[in-house]
Amino acid sequence: MRRVLPFPVLTLALLAMWLLLQQSLAPGQIILGSIIAIFASRGLAALQPERPRIRNPASIIKLIYFVTVDVFRSNVAVARIILEGRRHEQTAGFLTVPLDLHDRTALAILSCIITATPGSAWLEYDSLRGVVLIHMLDLVDEQAWIDTIKNRYERLLLEIFQ
Amino acid sequence: MTDIPVWLAIVVGLLSLAGALLTLVGCIGLARFESFYERIHAPTLGTSFGTVAVLLASILYFSVTGQRPAIHEVLLLVFVSVTTPVTLMLLARAALYRDRAERNGTVPPSVGQDIVVPPTDAKS
Amino acid sequence: MSAAILHWLLLLSQVLLALAMIAAASRMIRGPRAQDRILALDAFYVAAMLMLVLFGIRVGTAVYFEVALVIGILGFVSTVALAKFLMRGEVIE
Repeated sequence: MRRVLPFPVLTLALLAMWLLLQQSLAPGQIILGSIIAIFASRGLAALQPERPRIRNPASIIKLIYFVTVDVFRSNVAVARIILEGRRHEQTAGFLTVPLDLHDRTALAILSCIITATPGSAWLEYDSLRGVVLIHMLDLVDEQAWIDTIKNRYERLLLEIFQ
Repeated sequence: MTDIPVWLAIVVGLLSLAGALLTLVGCIGLARFESFYERIHAPTLGTSFGTVAVLLASILYFSVTGQRPAIHEVLLLVFVSVTTPVTLMLLARAALYRDRAERNGTVPPSVGQDIVVPPTDAKS
Repeated sequence: MSAAILHWLLLLSQVLLALAMIAAASRMIRGPRAQDRILALDAFYVAAMLMLVLFGIRVGTAVYFEVALVIGILGFVSTVALAKFLMRGEVIE
């Protein structure tokens, strides 16, 4: 099983993408999509990526919920900052956050979450010291943001991956 | 588009309006903010809920008017939400690198070990 | 009646997106630096993509969706290539 299908989830996702693009569930499309998906996932296996170990799948739902709520909230907040045009207070600033997270997949997910949220952007990460540089649009309370990142996201990602 | 229900017209129209408005606000922010690092936050408005609203409108419209549910817009949403952070992070890193190389003093030093950045005279 | 409501709301949304594209284009022209222009180009691509999705709803065909997908992919690839160029001076090393 492992030799034919090295990445079962990826293969299923590719098949789903194929069927969505074709917009049909005809048997021919399923066969063609499966062949393409199997070959593509074996192509990825040739690159020998690190295989992420997911410990706690239930937390993924919680993480998705948190991210959706936070992205919506910061959409409103950033839209308000732009429309009010209060640019003389200079609340934007850089923030360094020490992280306990070391799993590469988890770090990639955390960086995508932080950058996709309006109002915060992941700039650079140092793997030796485990420190990340983040730019915040509304940096009024530095410690509050560090707590949000560490308690809300990092704890969940630690639960999921480590 | 002759025989669509009124509720569908209103919901689809308002959803697309909301998405377009969010994208517009994001682009206004892009034009208005004063430094590059502030501007990098603006386009995410359009790529997060701006895109969600417009694609939801499209899914609703084609699902109700067509015979089968049209959910292939989900692909576009997944694609946009995965690629935007990657492009923004790459751009931000490029900007950090250039600002540090020119030593114009507005960016913090590298959080990692001290990498020696050669000074350049690029001005564009 | 309902067709008219949808028509005008969609038209208004497209006008808003066009304004968004103008705002992004103004940042592209003003700069001041290369990274600002590339960021503006990326936002421009996203607005163009949403514009095409709205065109698809107005015309009532799903063909525009494929165009939007292609624009999204091209926008991603070109922005990544340009960012890479800014950082290293080369796209392929």
